[in-house]
Formats: sequence, structure tokens, C-alpha cells
Amino acid sequence: MNDSIYLSIQNSSRFKELVSKRERFAWILSAIMLGLYAGFILLIAYGPQVLGHKISPDSSITWGIPLGVGLIVSAFILTGIYVRRANGEFDELNKAILKEAQQ
Amino acid sequence: MIRRLLATLAFGVFAPAVWAADALTGEVQKQPLNVAAILMFVAFVGATLCITYWASKRNKTAADYYSAGGRITGFQNGLAIAGDYMSAASFLGISALVFTSGYDGLIYSIGFLVGWPIILFLIAERLRNLGKYTFADVASYRLGQKEIRTLSASGSLVVVAFYLIAQMVGAGKLIQLLFGLDYHVAVILVGILMCLYVLFGGMLATTWVQIIKAVLLLSGASFMALMVMKHVNFDFNALFSEAIKVHPKGEAIMSPGGLVKDPISAFSLGLALMFGTAGLPHILMRFFTVSDAKEARKSVLYATGFIGYFYILTFIIGFGAILLVSTNPDFKDAAGALIGGNNMAAVHLADAVGGSVFLGFISAVAFATILAVVAGLTLAGASAVSHDLYASVIKKGKANEKDEIRVSKITTIALAVLAIGLGILFESQNIAFMVGLAFSIAASCNFPVLLLSMYWKKLTTRGAMIGGWLGLISAVALMILGPTIWVQILGHEKAIYPYEYPALFSMIIAFVGIWFFSITDKSKAADDERALFFPQFVRSQTGLGASGAVSH
Repeated sequence: MNDSIYLSIQNSSRFKELVSKRERFAWILSAIMLGLYAGFILLIAYGPQVLGHKISPDSSITWGIPLGVGLIVSAFILTGIYVRRANGEFDELNKAILKEAQQ
Repeated sequence: MIRRLLATLAFGVFAPAVWAADALTGEVQKQPLNVAAILMFVAFVGATLCITYWASKRNKTAADYYSAGGRITGFQNGLAIAGDYMSAASFLGISALVFTSGYDGLIYSIGFLVGWPIILFLIAERLRNLGKYTFADVASYRLGQKEIRTLSASGSLVVVAFYLIAQMVGAGKLIQLLFGLDYHVAVILVGILMCLYVLFGGMLATTWVQIIKAVLLLSGASFMALMVMKHVNFDFNALFSEAIKVHPKGEAIMSPGGLVKDPISAFSLGLALMFGTAGLPHILMRFFTVSDAKEARKSVLYATGFIGYFYILTFIIGFGAILLVSTNPDFKDAAGALIGGNNMAAVHLADAVGGSVFLGFISAVAFATILAVVAGLTLAGASAVSHDLYASVIKKGKANEKDEIRVSKITTIALAVLAIGLGILFESQNIAFMVGLAFSIAASCNFPVLLLSMYWKKLTTRGAMIGGWLGLISAVALMILGPTIWVQILGHEKAIYPYEYPALFSMIIAFVGIWFFSITDKSKAADDERALFFPQFVRSQTGLGASGAVSH
């Protein structure tokens, strides 16, 4: 692999577009994940009674159960959202960049 | 206020009591010989040895040996990562925590899971695009090979050693408990089997052992959860109401409880757990077994799904044990305690819902789980010696493949002998701190160097080397001076470092050290290394020139 290809990719506008789009997306999703988790932790710290509150008077299920399970599910959904866009849109863009550079 | 927040923040990531469960410590009673379990375990060993034989026929090159030739699919690798991550002790430990404290068990498992999306978003694809066999390939990509590979290999070996000791001792005790086999027999058996898998089957056999184990564990746990739900007519409300009725803590099991006595220790261990996962050599190595970044991303998606599903199952299993095990006098001793301790809650539940054959199945799965984890660890340790130390440092990248693999195999045998020896030596020692220490070192040495090598342009060899060693040494030193080793093991009156776990401070030391010694590095070599960041950046983003990506 010669250096000029790397240099031309580095200067290509598509590459800059890919990097900025993908990095922003990754940081946003990271922030959402950490935010959800931090929110959950704050609830445990300052409102454990909220998590221990029953979802309806005649049920023994507390709010903590759907919220906790929801957090597990959201970790999976967030990875799914990232993989979908990265393996689709971003990989297409990536292919175009490599094709352009090798011409 | 802040103290309380810190305490709960940390508690959200782990609970010290359960952390200990990951090493399965404490006295266990030897159980009567369990024939059904042994037969099923023999079947598992037979099948995995056949796979090892098949894999040995296909292993021709170093790439085959270290990374299964990059031919593992994202789905398979996701299962294998899950197999690497779901240890026997966490299966038994988390269901035991749910059994004793209810909701706290769920909080604990969530802490284990949230690190995975972050690994995907920030690390996985760059790691795959830059590396070949070990994470040191990435860390040393544009830096001094000798210095950084020595550092990374040392970090890997120390992590592998502590992790192996914890697993070996846990394995011996668990097998004593489940199969009625002698402790020494169990440790030697585990050592020999892991050695066979790695020696002859390399990464391909290790991967399949992990996949099979993950499938067995997930199906066994699914069956148990299903039977529990059937017992309550698939009504979650009934499951929880009945549990509240019979549990001594009553309604408290449905909300957060649990107190952390020392928030800084707790917070420190929380950091170690989150970022340590991203610095464990055997986990990072799994990303090189797939063909490209696309498959690497899929691996994390599937792994997160399987691990999350598994934690939801253990939650149901824990509640099922409250209903079906705690109310059954057959599972209790004269004093009313669970036979074999609380860690046996899930095992007794297997007996309660599936009879002795299913009990045997779950016991065999627990054994298989240990084998899969130690095989992955051994392979990572052997690769650090052969690929990083031998081929890159001693032979300066000019070793031939045959010699490199031979060194790897010799190391595997040495590691197996060492693991058996240490397993026997530490039989009655308090080893609960070792997994925590392994994670702390991974978070303070491997993780900072790896992360900054991919993200920070100004990183230089000098900075990475000094900062990395400072992280490694401070993690070990603070651990020795802390309450666990200084007071409990060495018998001094007062700890010099007052907190249980070092990561909070040793990570700061590592990052500050790397930063300071990089920005003050004015050498010519440092300028060259900074200039190399951009080609590395292009490759990390596009996969241009990545190993394995051009083969199809």
C-alpha cells in the first residue's frame, strides 16, 4: 500500500464526511447509553422509592422491573441502531471512498 | 449527598459481595459423586475433543492458529464472546444475588452490560481495522515495537495470570461441589483439557468450545426460566407476589436495597469493571477472528443480545429459586441454610424443575463454562509471548511462522503447568480480590494505551511506555498496600492505601503519565510517530490495508 493513497483519502471530502458523520453518531449513541444508565443510577440514589413503587395498586410488579429490563433492552437496541447505519450507509460511503482512491 | 451518589453509582456497576462470587470463594462441602453429571460432561469433552481434532487439521498458518484465519462469522463470534463473558461463577453468583436480595441482582447485571455498547461505538471497528492477532498490534501500530509490545505483553500476562488463578480455584471448588470429585483431580483435569484445546486446536477450537458452551448455557437457562414461568402460569405478577410472600425480606426484594460501606472503593471497582472489559486481552483477541469491521460490529450486536437475554433469564431463575428452592426442605441442611451455600440456588432449581438428569446437565454446563473461559485466557497469554515478545521483540519481526507457533505451543504447556500449580497453591487462599485486580490492571495499563493510540495524535512511545508502566505498577502496588492484601493476608494492623480497589487512582496516574510524557517528548522519533497518525487514522476508519479484509 503506498502512501499517496492514504494521503488522497485523507484529503478527500467524502472521507471527511464519513469521519464526521460516524464519529458524531457514535458519540451521540454513547452519550445516550451513559445518560440512560446515569439516570437509572440517580434514581437508585435519590428515588429508590420510585423504583419500588407498584405500577398499579393491585399488582406486585414495581416500576424498577420494567425500567431495569428496559435498560438491558435499550443497550441491545442502541447497538442495533449503530450496526444498521454503520453496516449500511457508512460502509457504502466507505466503499465509494476506497474506489475513488484506487482509480 | 455526594457520598451517597458515589456509593450508589458504584453499586450500580457491581456489588462487592457478588464480585467475590465471580471467584467462588469460601469453604465448600464435597458432594456425593454425581453420575448423570459426569456422563454428560464426558459427552461434552468427547465432542469438543473431536472438534479440536478437526480444527487441528485445518490449522496451517499462524493466522489460522491465532485468529481462526479470520473466518468466524459475526454471529458465531457474538456467541463466542458471550461464551467468554458469561462465566460459571457469574451465572451462579447473579442468580444467588437475586435469590438473596431480589432487585439488586438486576442492578448488578445491568452494570455488566452497559460497557458493551460503548466498546462497539468507540473501539471495535478501529481495533479490527488496525490489528492482526493481538491488541498489542494496535497499541504499537505507529510506536516503538520493542517498548510497547513488551508493555502490552506484560500487561496481558499479568491479567491472564490473576484471572487464571481465580478461574482455576473456582473450578476446583465448583467441581468438588457439583461432581463430588477431589479438588486436585478437578484442577489437573481443567489444566490438561484447556491445554489440549489450545495446543492442537488453536483459536478455531477455542472459539467452537465457547460457542457450544454458550448454546448449552443459554438453552439450559432458558429451560429453567420457562419451567419457572410455567409454574406461575406465565404470569409475572404471580411470580413476584408469591416470591414476596415466601421471602424473609418481603416487599423489599422488589426495590433497590444493598448498601456500600466505602464509596471510593466501590466507585473504583466500578471503573475497573467498565473499562477493564475493554482491556482484557482474551476479549480483545476475539475481534481479530472475523473478516472485517462489518462482522466485528455484528459480533458486538449479537453478544450484547445474548448477554442481555442471559441476565434477564438469571433474574427469572433467581425468583424461581425463591419460589421453588427456598420453600423445599430437601435443599436445606439442618440449620435451614441452602445445601452448598447460596451460590447453589440455580443448581438446586435445576433439580427442582428438571429432576436429577437436568441437574446433571446444568452441572456439566457449569464445568464446560469454566473450560471455555480458561482456554480463551491461555490462548491470549500464549499469543502475547509468541507474537509480541518472541516474534516482534526478540526476533524483531523476522521470526518464521513455524518457530512462532512452536513458541506459542511451548508457552501454552508452561501456562497450563503454571495454572495447575497455582490452582493447587491457592486452594485455601482468599482469591476473591484477583478478578478485581485483573480488571483493575486491564483498565489501568492495557486500556489507556490502546484507547489513546487510536484516538490521540500526540501520543508518543515515551508517553505510552512510561504512563502504561505507571498504571500497571500503581495498580499492583496500591492493591498490595490496600486492606485485602496488606491487612488480611500479610497481617498488618492498618492498610497504607485505605481502599479496596486501585483503578480510580491508577487509571488517573496512567492517563496523566501518558499525557505528560507524550507532550514533553521533543525527540525526532516522537515527531515521526505523530506524523504516522494520519495513515493510521485512514486505515482505522476505512479498513484500507487491514489484514484479512482483502482475502475475498
